[in-house]
Amino acid sequence: MNEIKRNQSIGVPKPLVDGPEKVSGKALYSGDFVPKNCLVGRIMRSPVAHAEIINIDIIEAQKLPGVKVIITGDETDEPFGILPIARFEFPLARDKVRYRGEPIACVVAVDVETAQAAIDVIKFEYKELPGYFKSKEAMAEGAVNLHEHRPGNIEREVDFELGEVDAGLADSDFILEETFNCAEICQVQSEPHAAIAEFDVERQFMTVRASTQVPYYDHLMLAKVLKMDESKIRMIKPFVGGGFGCRTESLNITLICALAARAARGTVRIVASREETFITHRGRPETDIDMKIGVKKNGIITAVDYTAIQRGGAYSGYGVVTILYSGGLLFGMYDLQAVRYKGLRVLTNTPPPGAMRGHGITDVRYAFESLLDKIASQLNIDPIEIRRKNYLKGPNYETLNEMFINSYGLPECIDWVEKESGWKKRKGKLGKFKGLGVGCGHYISGASKPVNWTGEPHATVHLKLDWDSSITILTGAPEIGQGSSTMATQCAAEVLGLDMSRFQILTSDSKLTPKDNGAYSSRITYMVGNATIDAAKNLRNILIEAAAKKLDADPDDVECLGEFYTAGSQDEGLTFEEVVKAALEGTGTITVSGNFDTLPESWGTKKYRGGAISGSMAYAYAAQVVEVSIDPDTAAITVEKVWAAQDVGKALNPLSVEGQIEGSVWMGMGQAISEGTEYHEGLAITNSMLDYRVPTIVESPPIEVGIIETIDPNGPFGAKEAGETSLIAFIPAFTNAVADALGVRPLDLPVTPDKLMELIENKKE
Amino acid sequence: MDVELIINGEEKTASIPPETTLLKLLREEFYLTGAKTGCDVGDCGACTVLVDGEAVNSCLMLAGQLQGRSVETIEGLANLEDFHPLQKNFEDLGSLQCGFCGPGMILSAKQLLEENPEPTKQEIQDAIAGNLCRCTGYTKIVEAVADAAKEMREEP
Repeated sequence: MNEIKRNQSIGVPKPLVDGPEKVSGKALYSGDFVPKNCLVGRIMRSPVAHAEIINIDIIEAQKLPGVKVIITGDETDEPFGILPIARFEFPLARDKVRYRGEPIACVVAVDVETAQAAIDVIKFEYKELPGYFKSKEAMAEGAVNLHEHRPGNIEREVDFELGEVDAGLADSDFILEETFNCAEICQVQSEPHAAIAEFDVERQFMTVRASTQVPYYDHLMLAKVLKMDESKIRMIKPFVGGGFGCRTESLNITLICALAARAARGTVRIVASREETFITHRGRPETDIDMKIGVKKNGIITAVDYTAIQRGGAYSGYGVVTILYSGGLLFGMYDLQAVRYKGLRVLTNTPPPGAMRGHGITDVRYAFESLLDKIASQLNIDPIEIRRKNYLKGPNYETLNEMFINSYGLPECIDWVEKESGWKKRKGKLGKFKGLGVGCGHYISGASKPVNWTGEPHATVHLKLDWDSSITILTGAPEIGQGSSTMATQCAAEVLGLDMSRFQILTSDSKLTPKDNGAYSSRITYMVGNATIDAAKNLRNILIEAAAKKLDADPDDVECLGEFYTAGSQDEGLTFEEVVKAALEGTGTITVSGNFDTLPESWGTKKYRGGAISGSMAYAYAAQVVEVSIDPDTAAITVEKVWAAQDVGKALNPLSVEGQIEGSVWMGMGQAISEGTEYHEGLAITNSMLDYRVPTIVESPPIEVGIIETIDPNGPFGAKEAGETSLIAFIPAFTNAVADALGVRPLDLPVTPDKLMELIENKKE
Repeated sequence: MDVELIINGEEKTASIPPETTLLKLLREEFYLTGAKTGCDVGDCGACTVLVDGEAVNSCLMLAGQLQGRSVETIEGLANLEDFHPLQKNFEDLGSLQCGFCGPGMILSAKQLLEENPEPTKQEIQDAIAGNLCRCTGYTKIVEAVADAAKEMREEP
């Protein structure tokens, strides 16, 4: 009996539980549902960036054979949007169009070609208005308001000062100020947006499958725009081909698809082209940052004063949160005692950005870490040392804006990259046109106050135990490739001491799985992980009770060894199957629930308006060292190697954590070296995977990953965020390496060879 | 027009409009949805299949060009007993996250390993340079291809 051991699932590298479907091609993504006799929807999009809609004449188009129905903005007058305070976007434009490519009609037909032929004969009459494609243009005196209720085209202005900034600057020995421009970028997730909606006319019931990170928010918005009872809608998330934040709010494609299916009284699928996926956007906004940092001679920061202006596109989306994050999340990395922030989220005639990976803080952190690096070099302090001097006095630290830091692994991350990169020996000694740079980042593990809070627990997970001794995990947590289903299975298996093969998992089907807010703000491991542990503990208690009864023992004396339950060494014990049988006697199949709630002290501050936004139960930390070499003739930059350390609290699945860190580094590299959208009069000219320069395997550097475990006191088995923080750290580490290599510092992103060549040339002059 | 071809070892025929791409033929006529529509213009490689053993973007090939030719898709890679070593290693090493690029990536790698059983890291990178992955940073993909190559050399 001594050989019987509980199975260990946590901290062990585990392949994804949905891996077999992915490598075999059996995984069905939203665009893979191709039922016979399914109709297709095709969206007609605005050819102009800003106009009043006079008329959309669909009469001729409707007569074409094969066209079933055409819907326009008349189909629903209910607006949608992720934030209850900023819902003024319609699935199909009404009255006005505000960006080029905004949906104005949807043709439902027997095939795409017929639908397109119909679109070609729809007559769109409009009165053009001036278009504003840059924040400054939209903010200029006399600019026409995109939305009447947003005068001056300001979606949100944030102002706060915490601590004495002027005094801090006066007290400093050295002040440095720079301005940075960070280009707008897109996620370019592999799977284009897609939805399929089935309307059951007899039952007046809607079933929708869509590529989403937030099926629950989709469910809410579907009910709203369709004006249907929530219970008459079933929202299912199939396999999802990545998200990185572009699917963290309801997308018009999903809502249009459902409206079209109801109008057509049948099943309609809409599969967006890559171009339409770019237009749907929800990436990272173009951000202009002006930042000033004051330091003492010894490198201690005395004050930070900065402004961030974001080109917010035509609708709010997550915009208010983004501009608040850009302020609130400056805290929690270093010991800052005086910060002034002014944030402006501007409405422009461009597609609306959203909550991209590293939401709100990536560009600001880039500016901060760049400036800190420049300060270090001017004060002749090692860039790593200046960071050390400004560490939080923590853990158990409260920031000026009342964020509670319960675990703080930045020092260990810095130590790791310093050692592994050979920083002390190699920095400054790599030779001409080669450089090393360091950069850091941090990120939340879920927002402690969700955007749409109704008071219920932050996460709920069900475990169904059945007569066959299998356990089915039922969770609304959307698996989008980040490994959340594997994580939940590991948590449940660990608590129950069972092998993971005992479990199946069913995710994100609103008629079967408990509600979950979705895959965003790195909330799932922390919140759903904890809820899964809670559910598994509740189930374990039931099994122990049943075993105790059967063994005629006190429950306190029963030991759960996973496959075996025993009440002392003399006892023969019971197999798991026997315990399950005992537990289900009289009750039949059982479903046990587990919850997670954030602690009120993590809900953030009332010190400034919107201050609660940055509150999280835990923050992850990252440090990176990047090595670059630059071709002096072409200014082509090669990233030679990356050392990436991240404090993830506890690596529940080291395999997934490594993959998340590698992917984050790589996506950060895209933003740093090549990615950026461009518009000509509102027409995006980078809407293909060739024109929008994502790095390929050719540009991919070797990445050495250092997993730092600080065991967060409230995280599931101590875990925190693992999928965003390292993206943030890459960008400044990279530009700091370029500055080290050349002696000139790029300030604007991306750092393309042409821009860099200009910097080199100007330096020569 | 009619086209007769072999898909995953089975003879198939289809009546299709001449502008039908191989990708559309596979997905919408034969419901082989393992080949993905990522961009539909040959940029991303998610639709990669093997035509007479050669990796092609099926979105750029007309179905009519397939007359009498042989197509292998991801659905044809595993036998009844087991995954192909590439599939097994991609799964075990966590080489895929969202999985959308996986079928194309695996098939590009398959062509490589059939022509070059002992590829260098650079050769692996070159072979899958036309397959974009946005999740992983490629590190674990290269590892899986190298490990699969090793496995196939040891147990041909």
